[in-house]
Amino acid sequence: MANLTKIQRRKKMLGILGNVYSVLIYAILYIPVVVMMIFSFNDQRYNYYWNGFTTQWYGKLFSNHTLIGSLWYSLVIAILATVISVLIGTLGALGLKRFEFRAKKLINNMLYVPIIVPEIVLAVALLIIFMNLGFALGMGSILIGHCTFCIPYAVVTIKGRISGDGDSLEEASMDLGANRTQTFFRVTLPSIMPGVMSAAFLSFTLSIDDVVMSNLLAGAKNSTLPVLILSMNKTGITPDVNALTTIMILVIVAGMVLSNLVKGRLHKNASK
Amino acid sequence: MKKPVDASNDLQAISRRRDVRRKTLPALAQAGPVSVWMILFVTIPMLFIIYISFMSRGVFGDVIYEFSLESYQTLLDTTYFKVILKSLQVALFTTVLCLALGYPFAYYIARKPPETASKLIMLIMIPFWTNSLMRLNSWLLLFQTSGPINNFLQWSGITEGPITFIYTDALVVLGMITNMLPFAVLPLYSTIEKLQKSLLEASSDLGATPVQTFLKVTLPLTFPGIFSAIILVFIPSLGIYTVSDVLGGGKVLYIGNIIKNQFGAIRNWPLGAALSVLLLVITGLLIFIYTRFAKLEDMEVV
Repeated sequence: MANLTKIQRRKKMLGILGNVYSVLIYAILYIPVVVMMIFSFNDQRYNYYWNGFTTQWYGKLFSNHTLIGSLWYSLVIAILATVISVLIGTLGALGLKRFEFRAKKLINNMLYVPIIVPEIVLAVALLIIFMNLGFALGMGSILIGHCTFCIPYAVVTIKGRISGDGDSLEEASMDLGANRTQTFFRVTLPSIMPGVMSAAFLSFTLSIDDVVMSNLLAGAKNSTLPVLILSMNKTGITPDVNALTTIMILVIVAGMVLSNLVKGRLHKNASK
Repeated sequence: MKKPVDASNDLQAISRRRDVRRKTLPALAQAGPVSVWMILFVTIPMLFIIYISFMSRGVFGDVIYEFSLESYQTLLDTTYFKVILKSLQVALFTTVLCLALGYPFAYYIARKPPETASKLIMLIMIPFWTNSLMRLNSWLLLFQTSGPINNFLQWSGITEGPITFIYTDALVVLGMITNMLPFAVLPLYSTIEKLQKSLLEASSDLGATPVQTFLKVTLPLTFPGIFSAIILVFIPSLGIYTVSDVLGGGKVLYIGNIIKNQFGAIRNWPLGAALSVLLLVITGLLIFIYTRFAKLEDMEVV
């Protein structure tokens, strides 16, 4: 210790300070998650204060038809939104990267509107259009709303993965006798696959956690899980919702770890 | 004399047809769907909401399609004007705190080896896969009148009675920070990461103190990241209504809540549209400033 110079000691102090600071930041981000999980074991009808430990909600949540119904509704919308956004987003990213056309600049700028403008503005704008056209609100309108903000994220994510030399690889593939479809599935798609997968993951998580669009564009009948939770806030949230949310976060983290493993393998194969 | 011209015309036609097959059709198939979607569901609705904001409200909450500045005049009423100012204030507060908390944190991560850094970034994202309303509700459970934090404060004798945290702007700001912090950290991290260490070394070799180096080298070079962070935190904070719904108990109203209400029970579409246009104008201004010194594509949005 005594041999350390002043500068080294100061560096060490700064390092410790940095560690402490980052732990504090992570604490701010993780405390709400941990509290949410703890309250899934709360032995009380509504979550107001801690009343004792129970695991009953993990069984009971499956007989709460409103909750499970809204979960399915959210899942169906999120899966459809992901498929549509990734399809349109992948094609769009390729098209906007490779071709020049007149409206390209407009479209490129428009893509940033749903990403940057507050979501409520887009939701309200879509609502006015749907109401004026007499378009019935429901799954369709929510789906359109979700795709409208998922597609731009998908395009931006995938565009970042399209390398400059993609064109020449595709030309080589065509020269060697592959047709356009074969080239797309055998050359283009594998090269942008990591981007497509990130786009899919992002679209899914954006859609399933969305409140604003789902709230404003919902019909009278069904609501998505986040909208149900928002409406519960007035009466108090039941611990079975905490149990369900805990299960969901565990599934998503597991999915993320798995997809990272697959991505790692894809990367390895690509570099071979 | 005539024949060669014909032949060249034929050639042109063939090459044009081949161009259509090789370029136009794939371009249409690839860029077409996204273009149509963006025009139908972004451009047109945005133009329409601007149009509606210049209409007026009928007696039954319908829209009277005649030009009027009624909605914009209503915004200048003290009640609405106060809400707008308060929203700006809360969004500004959130942004400043997110930057102040996020910058050192991003710096800390950027100085780690890439492998560790990407893991630390991943650790920031994980809480965001938990429903944001449930996370906000956790703050409510912790800070409510009979909650653990108040119990601790009274038990330890720091305070006599319970402190009212809930339904205050301070708790709303805390909720905002937990929702927005990653949007500040990610762009900051990516600009700080690109910062060349040699520049900092040069600065200190030339006799600058760490503080001088930070103010004269680090800060200016990471400015694009700082501005991305400002945009990505300030603008959503300005329009968000869920945080104030949960932590403000419907008693704390911001622009987002007011807009939402105009499309619910109150039914005043032109007023809601005018408030939306206000948000659009603020967004547009910030983006305009941003594009003066950086490209939109470089904003780290994901």
